[in-house]
Amino acid sequence: MRTSLQIMLSAAILAAVPADAQSPVPQIAFDSVADPLKFPDNIHLGEAAGVATNSKGDIFVYTRTGHPTISLGTARPFAHGGSRLFQFDKTGKFVREIGKDSYGFEVAQQVRIDPRDNIWIVDQMSSMVIKFDPNGQIQLLLGRKAESERLPAGPAAGRGGAAPGAPEGPPSAGRGGRGGGLPGAGSQSDLFQRPTDVAWDAAGNIYVADGFGNSRVAKFDKSGKFIKSWGSTGTANGQFRTVHGIAIDAQGNVYVADTGNRRIQVFDSEGTFKTQISDIGAPAAICISGGAHPYLYSSNSNPPEDIDVAGEIYKLELDGKIVGRFGKAGKLPKEFGTVNSIDCRSENDLYVGELGNWRVQKLTLHSK
Amino acid sequence: MKSYPTSCIAIAALLTSQVFAQTKAKAQNVPEIAYDSVPNFLKLPPNLYLGESMGVATNSKGHIFVFTRSANTRLFEFDQNGTYVREIGEGSYGFEFAHSVRVDPEDNIWAVDEGTNMVIKFNPAGRVVMVLGHRPEAVAGVVAQSPPPGAAAEKYILGRPTDVAWDPQGNIFVSDGYINHRVVKYDKNGRFLKQVGSEKTGSEPSQFNTPHGIAVDAQGNVYVSDRANHRMQVFDNNLALKSIYDNIGDSWTVCISPGPHQYLFTSNSNPNGNAPGSWDITGEIYKMELNGTILGRFGHASKEFGGFQVVHMMDCRNPNTIIVAEIESWRVQKLLLKPQAPAKTAGGK
Repeated sequence: MRTSLQIMLSAAILAAVPADAQSPVPQIAFDSVADPLKFPDNIHLGEAAGVATNSKGDIFVYTRTGHPTISLGTARPFAHGGSRLFQFDKTGKFVREIGKDSYGFEVAQQVRIDPRDNIWIVDQMSSMVIKFDPNGQIQLLLGRKAESERLPAGPAAGRGGAAPGAPEGPPSAGRGGRGGGLPGAGSQSDLFQRPTDVAWDAAGNIYVADGFGNSRVAKFDKSGKFIKSWGSTGTANGQFRTVHGIAIDAQGNVYVADTGNRRIQVFDSEGTFKTQISDIGAPAAICISGGAHPYLYSSNSNPPEDIDVAGEIYKLELDGKIVGRFGKAGKLPKEFGTVNSIDCRSENDLYVGELGNWRVQKLTLHSK
Repeated sequence: MKSYPTSCIAIAALLTSQVFAQTKAKAQNVPEIAYDSVPNFLKLPPNLYLGESMGVATNSKGHIFVFTRSANTRLFEFDQNGTYVREIGEGSYGFEFAHSVRVDPEDNIWAVDEGTNMVIKFNPAGRVVMVLGHRPEAVAGVVAQSPPPGAAAEKYILGRPTDVAWDPQGNIFVSDGYINHRVVKYDKNGRFLKQVGSEKTGSEPSQFNTPHGIAVDAQGNVYVSDRANHRMQVFDNNLALKSIYDNIGDSWTVCISPGPHQYLFTSNSNPNGNAPGSWDITGEIYKMELNGTILGRFGHASKEFGGFQVVHMMDCRNPNTIIVAEIESWRVQKLLLKPQAPAKTAGGK
């Protein structure tokens, strides 16, 4: 019985994996440099959660590495460590570490560089977004790390977010706003629950994808003042099941990777739903390239427990038309192990950060 | 006072597991192999210490790699004279609780960590080139055990893996482990091919109760230390059972020497806890033919230099020079085996 159920489940999963059953998607030929970064002997990448480049081509990697730790013999259990942020020059030579031993570095989720070369990291466990200036000094903080850990652990989606000292609510993903909002809507504030990504519009407004715990997009002005948030847990337009990535085009449209609903939703800058893009698997990492003709990249990342499904990346027009796809899940060069981040500053020169393979690959797409 | 019953239960559980783990080998009249242990073999720089010595292996140049539970789990390299060379994988995301280190024929260094549930392949330069398994996300907070006991074994998720080996084609075999009870075969690129055993313990043939060590011979046969079943199981390259050696006590770890005539080594290590009498019936290492014929035994349980205190791993690149890592003596010993007297009757199967 169990075996047949497993087979049925496997068949269902397999059947769900081909992202586009209608028309064959063109394959985009590409090359890869699987080890573009050169490290000092005592520095190693762990899971490469975030990768981004600045205007000079410097490469930033926010990685889950070292020893995520909980202290013992304390009034409450305190968590610290587990992630580091590294900078490399455009040749891949190690430049420096930024934010060493930061209070907010626990479970790396994403790094992005804004148009002024400020470095923004998103940490899934501290539920913080941290802005460093190009010199590596902290300029702005959004969110607040939970003071301590609960023992035993509640569901991960339920951690963080609550104001320190506030009574713990029922540990459910739908804890939502304490103001009685919809499940997943979060509190109307800058307290996140396992945020995933950050982006900016031309005016400098900040948009945070929030995330695994909440199901919303939070908008701030450039000074970090909370403006609004939209979304809740669900499948309707404007609802999300795991907001896993965010990108904004030159017109200020907001593209949100709605992984659990296997679509990218597009909103205007006020959060009004415009359209959705589907048939590209479950978008886990998205990126909009620069230049006169921007493209949208989206990764149908494989789950960490299986490299025999999914893994490909799509190249799309901003209107959702699929240009082509490339790659598949695996451990070799040109294969991907749970891509969590794509840098596409240049249309055909991409960096991808992989959780599963502990590496950053530099990809060169062949134009036809 | 409140915690008293809990401690009682914990102690009872410990005692039970000690008694259970204490197995006298059935093999009788096995010739003793004499040996010397090289004094002050590994020379550590000041301020560097071994903790529990879990893994030891040599590469083709004779360099020695030790995977140790220190304040953090660390991997050290020494040259063939025991002089410290360097640390590998400092601060690695995969290092939390060392279990095994092995060096493949291309001198890549493979570390098996039962805390992060990962097998990490370093190239000879000491850089990560492949990982197997997946470390549970820290964001899940403090969890009792991951993956949860009894959860169906996943192709690419390991449950406290214990050891790794390769066949001549480069296929990868992982013994997995304390939570799962199986051996997984991956191809050289890390793709799942098949497994024997499952997430459940079992004592039938081709089932495991803590597969704790693994080695592959030149024909591609797979030898698995099935520790809590007090035996070693031998499989062909497709993981079909060939034979069971159950006269060697608890097989904690296994090593197969290279060369035209390969030998098999297994340790009936004395159990953690040192209960009265345990040292009398455990602690010895067996030297065998691949077919299970026992050629001799050496060593005994002891905390003193030259004796063994819970041997966790052996290197047998040279079948007459065995390097052993011990859990409870926090040390690595290099043993020089002396030639055996012409065999009369070996110790039977």
